[in-house]
Amino acid sequence: MISFKINGKATKVDVDPNTPLLWVIRDHLQLTGTKYGCGMAQCGACTVHLDGRAIRSCVTPVSLASGKQVTTIEGLAETTLGKTVQAAWQEVDVPQCGYCQSGQIMSATALLKENPHPSEAQISAAMDGNLCRCGTYNSIRSAILKAAEHQGGAK
Amino acid sequence: MKTTTAQNPSRRKFLKNSAALMSGLVIGFYLPMKNGRVFAAEEHPKQIYPPNAFIRIAADDSITVIVNKSEMGQGVYTSLPMLIAEELEADWNRIRVESAPVAAVYNHTGFGMQLTGGSSSIPSSWEQLRRVGASARILLIRAAAQQWGVPESECHAASSWVIHTKSGNKSSYGALADAAAKLPLPETVELKSPKDFKLIGKSIKRLDTPEKINGSAQFGLDVYLPGMLTVLIARSPVFGGKVKSFNDTEARKLPGVQGIYQVPTGIAVAATGFWPAKTARDLLEIEWDEGPGAALSTPKMRAEYLELAKKPGLVARNDGDAVQGFKQAHKSISAEYEVPYLAHAAMEPLNVVVDLNTDHCTIWTGTQAQTMDRASAAKTAGLKPEQVEIHTTFLGGGFGRRANPRSDFVIEAVQVAKVIGKPVKIVWTREDDTRGGNYRPMWADHIEAAIAKDGKPLAWKHTIVGQSIIADTPFEAFMVRNGIDATSVEGAATLPYVIPNLQVELHSPKNAVPVQWWRSVGHSHTAFVVETMIDELAHLAGKDPVAYRLGILPAASRYRGVLQLAAKNAGWGKKKLPANHAYGVAVHQSFDSYVAEIAEVSLGNGKIRVHRVVAAVDCGMVINPDGVRQQIEGAIVYGLSAALHGAITLENDRVVQSNFHDYVPLRFSEMPQIEVHIVESSEHPTGIGEPGTPPIAPAVANAVFKLTGKRLRRMPFDQETLA
Ligand code: FES
Ligand code: FES
Repeated sequence: MISFKINGKATKVDVDPNTPLLWVIRDHLQLTGTKYGCGMAQCGACTVHLDGRAIRSCVTPVSLASGKQVTTIEGLAETTLGKTVQAAWQEVDVPQCGYCQSGQIMSATALLKENPHPSEAQISAAMDGNLCRCGTYNSIRSAILKAAEHQGGAK
Repeated sequence: MKTTTAQNPSRRKFLKNSAALMSGLVIGFYLPMKNGRVFAAEEHPKQIYPPNAFIRIAADDSITVIVNKSEMGQGVYTSLPMLIAEELEADWNRIRVESAPVAAVYNHTGFGMQLTGGSSSIPSSWEQLRRVGASARILLIRAAAQQWGVPESECHAASSWVIHTKSGNKSSYGALADAAAKLPLPETVELKSPKDFKLIGKSIKRLDTPEKINGSAQFGLDVYLPGMLTVLIARSPVFGGKVKSFNDTEARKLPGVQGIYQVPTGIAVAATGFWPAKTARDLLEIEWDEGPGAALSTPKMRAEYLELAKKPGLVARNDGDAVQGFKQAHKSISAEYEVPYLAHAAMEPLNVVVDLNTDHCTIWTGTQAQTMDRASAAKTAGLKPEQVEIHTTFLGGGFGRRANPRSDFVIEAVQVAKVIGKPVKIVWTREDDTRGGNYRPMWADHIEAAIAKDGKPLAWKHTIVGQSIIADTPFEAFMVRNGIDATSVEGAATLPYVIPNLQVELHSPKNAVPVQWWRSVGHSHTAFVVETMIDELAHLAGKDPVAYRLGILPAASRYRGVLQLAAKNAGWGKKKLPANHAYGVAVHQSFDSYVAEIAEVSLGNGKIRVHRVVAAVDCGMVINPDGVRQQIEGAIVYGLSAALHGAITLENDRVVQSNFHDYVPLRFSEMPQIEVHIVESSEHPTGIGEPGTPPIAPAVANAVFKLTGKRLRRMPFDQETLA
């Protein structure tokens, strides 16, 4: 049994401890907002927060989550920052197919948490691990800058 | 309006052929032709469609629009409801969307089957859905007028209300819906004049954004049924290979594994979830019967293709007399071009959920081709098409891959469901998806071109070599004429420049690698070839590339407008670019839309860096300008990924690439700034999902020439520049 908190809720799962967190989140907990894109830390579709930091859940064994807090896209709106980022995404109307967007939003939120006013170069570096085949990168950049601005306003 | 009649001889032939191909399952395709390509405009534009198939108005005034096209990012869940809402006079804030089931009423108005592709969703729905909306509005007004006992002509509709100004009577659509639904369909329907449009032409926010930013949007991979097993399939490492023998002793021991089965496409591992299925699959020992083995390898194929490109092929276009033209040449030039196989690599790998019973089959998947998939699933399951239900989920990208003319992923899924006898979800890993074939074909081209003394092109001979996408599919009877697959030569045989002696020839070699349409199909390769060659001619003539093109385009050509608009906004010939930056230009028409792109490029450490792209597009009347911008941006990124990095190669019949580390899409840090300018137009709307892709590779290649004097004639450029 591995226990951790997911989106604030205590959870226990009985799985092989090597199972990637991604598949526990999807197949066991059926929180399907977190996506599978590559399974080898190449695309960022599976990005979630582990104790507030962005990780690729497809290469993170569930055992590493033991006793920690996992946040997925479904729980993101529980923080002010998460809400701000999602609102910026809505304002810019970022998604196309949408498949990469949970991961994009999770990465962007983690960035803004560490660095509330990132430069364009810092945004680019932080978001480089999140692929978007639909090509929404420029909208993502605008949304991150907007979120930074709104967040600044709230402070 | 262009129409063809049902008596079209090629249609009859098509029905016969498709019947043969699909073993008696006749699907009512009709594919009107234009320039040999399937033409996407509406077959019967004046038809009256039952509005209730597309619109559901609830008592609470919410309006559900049933959309018959698949949402794969291109925005049809917003743009198509806009067409209906405009004429319906609906309150946009109360519009919801549902995906259509498979039924004849939802057939594509041009293709005669349910299909999303060919950048045709807007052009083929433009009349139809506005008429649907208008019909419903007429019926709602009629119902209200009858209730109030007043003439219809005194009533009008606004924001989901019917209003009779004289009496002050007012009734909401929700209150009138039942009565309206009982009325016969109106006999004539008049559409608004564009000057009265309230929604069309405005940048309306996408209706699917909220669920795509909170994780609740349901893609195929997100479907979970009670008792469902997750299935991964070990498929042959060579195309067309079969299982000879296998040992699953170790794999079966893994907890969570529920069964391992031989299926037509390989060995299926069924488990309680993805991870046990994947780990068990890794433990399988399989001996494959690889068949005769063609020893396909990319270097060898390249050499063969280039050889073939020098030989005469089937003639796709022949104007004037090329031989004579070259004799009178002032200067001439020849070049070879190569582009590789490309995988679609949508972010969401392929997947299908199937629940199969003795008399019913339910499928959940992100498909672009419901009618074909349903027919194929029915045949595989031994059921009638009516016994197969398809739920189209959101598609995590399509790019053509999810409209497979052989229904590959759906047929396989039903085969698996038959063997396992429980609800199954077939998941393709990224590696399966990358190595699964159905690629954009590899191509080689040879062009010889000559200019006259005045610098204008005099002769042009273009030979194209590559597999036919359409051959051996139900579309063959329509889209292959005299051995020429229209998609193989599109963009080349349709070269718009005035060239008196012009010849285009085609070779369509066959091999075991399955090929398929990939965003912009043939144009993805021909635009690169012809637009870099035209640039070479401009250089040979000592002319500016934009001025040269304008000088050889026909006077009324819509290419001119986009070229001028892009040049103006880029400051072509005027703007001072930073040191070591250069502009390159290309212009191309595909899916009846015209796009010019100007790329600002620099080189650092032998790497191409695209800083900015100025695009101009003429796609006729625009429904949602922001949607157009999104599609052009996305199409540029898609084309740039291929231009800079994309290649699927073969070694000893095996695909070399497997995941995003070696099949590399454009990343955030490589993203150029993109500006999209739209030509104002009152023409019939044309395609927007694909036309942004073709011009980007030649625009970048032409900029690199400006910087280095070196012509890039082989994609991807990173291999070319490093080579
Ligand atoms: S699925 Fe984890 S990074 Fe791609
Ligand atoms: S929105 Fe489709 S992959 Fe990013």
